[in-house]
Amino acid sequence: MTTLRLFWIHLRLGVMNELQYRTNLVIQLVQSAVGLLTALLGLGIVFSKTDSLAGWSSAELLAIIGVYTLVAGITRMVVQPSLAKFMEDVRLGTLDFTLTKPVDAQILVSMRQIEVWKLVDVIVGIVVLGIAIVQLGATIGVAQALGFALALVAGVTIIYSFLMILATCAFWFIRLDNILNIFQSMYEAGRWPIDIYPPWLRTALTFLVPIGFAITVPAEGLVGRLTSPTLLGAIGLAIALPLLARVFWRFGIKHYSGASA
Amino acid sequence: MIDLLVLYRAQFKTTIAEQFQYRGALVIWLIGLILEPVIYLSVWSTVAQSQGGAVDGFTAADFAAYYLVALVVSQATFTWIMWEMEYWIRQGSLSPLLVRPVHPIHRHIANNLTFKLLTMAILVPVVLVLSIVFQPNFTLSAWTALAFIPALALAMALRFALEWTLASLAFWVTRVTAINQLYFVIFLFLSGFAAPLDLLPGPVRTLAEWLPFYRMLGFPVELLLGRLSPTQALLGFGAQLAWLGIALLLLNVTWAKGVRQYSAVGA
Repeated sequence: MTTLRLFWIHLRLGVMNELQYRTNLVIQLVQSAVGLLTALLGLGIVFSKTDSLAGWSSAELLAIIGVYTLVAGITRMVVQPSLAKFMEDVRLGTLDFTLTKPVDAQILVSMRQIEVWKLVDVIVGIVVLGIAIVQLGATIGVAQALGFALALVAGVTIIYSFLMILATCAFWFIRLDNILNIFQSMYEAGRWPIDIYPPWLRTALTFLVPIGFAITVPAEGLVGRLTSPTLLGAIGLAIALPLLARVFWRFGIKHYSGASA
Repeated sequence: MIDLLVLYRAQFKTTIAEQFQYRGALVIWLIGLILEPVIYLSVWSTVAQSQGGAVDGFTAADFAAYYLVALVVSQATFTWIMWEMEYWIRQGSLSPLLVRPVHPIHRHIANNLTFKLLTMAILVPVVLVLSIVFQPNFTLSAWTALAFIPALALAMALRFALEWTLASLAFWVTRVTAINQLYFVIFLFLSGFAAPLDLLPGPVRTLAEWLPFYRMLGFPVELLLGRLSPTQALLGFGAQLAWLGIALLLLNVTWAKGVRQYSAVGA
């Protein structure tokens, strides 16, 4: 309950903050359009040369792009900016102010900075998903919809926990602000089904940086290729990884000594 | 001239010292660098395989060769000036650079060259390992290897001049992220990075050949791999030189105007 209320407060703060800079909405609209354009152009070139990529049709790949944009929108709206601020706070020693607040610090640092305009990406993602479903033509059954929803929630949880673990490393390594940027470039790999990558990279994108679980698996759920072992695996990871992130956070926070404050 | 040499040497030393201080950042940079070409390489290899081994004459091994060279070329030519300049202008940290008796571009060139030299030492073994993994089809000849050197140098100069010019737009627009992003998408598709030019639809391909982006990446790559005829190579050098001339002219004009526009925001 407290978590939800905190989230609501920070969301309102984020909205009020962003309403001061309304041109940022225009910038965000351009950015989202450019991002979508990149994905669609890439798709266009590839499907001008073939009609299936590793067994995925163009409509199915569109579903991947939808999930990709949606998950990116969610993480870039809340998780990434908050964690970036957290890492900056560790570097400057200003994390002290957060730690003295009477709420769980991990929750607080995970939602403190909300970039409201990224909501555009969330909407674009949903629209693209809708178009993909129409193009697929098949009716989405309850089982498929449920599988998709479960896989999506699991995927977002996995990505959050993964980023949290990365950010927690800031307690030991000070200049890690670009570690979140690198996630960005690895995330690009999720625009394509991970089956196309060579085995070593596929393994890395599944277990090392769990992009496969966050994007390919939910998309599989939607187009009806999701097998129950994969879904169970995703759910299992979505339970284990947050716990790991929690333990690591606890361990890290003991290490924090308040750099220069 | 001597002064400039002294400046470059000093800048060289500081950059090396800075880079060694943050070795972790180097590793992070490396992952990002490798991943992008590997993504497109994987996509196109998959397409080649599904089309019975080759698309438009490119086999999976040809794509591997193309993207491994593209990795080296893009590492050699990339700049980060568009972010840095925005920061300089927005935070006002350009001011101390402006009062120095040399053009700030020298500092950046020196920084850039040092970073490239340093990272090439890491890149060479990485490319060797990737060669074992992807089994590229390299057919090198003496003339293409020789011609590659000036082509790469011109590509570096051209990309540097063009991106410096674009970066100076930050004098007029304080938040340039959207412009940068648009530039990167255009670059991605028209430079030959998302797909070799041969795979693009006819009109787009012609457009790409006329615009400067292909000359900054795809042209040196295809030259080295022997995919270009001597005439195409000569035409390419001509295009590189012509675009470099235009880019340098634009750079001088925008910089001169921009500095007058500069009001040291935030300083």
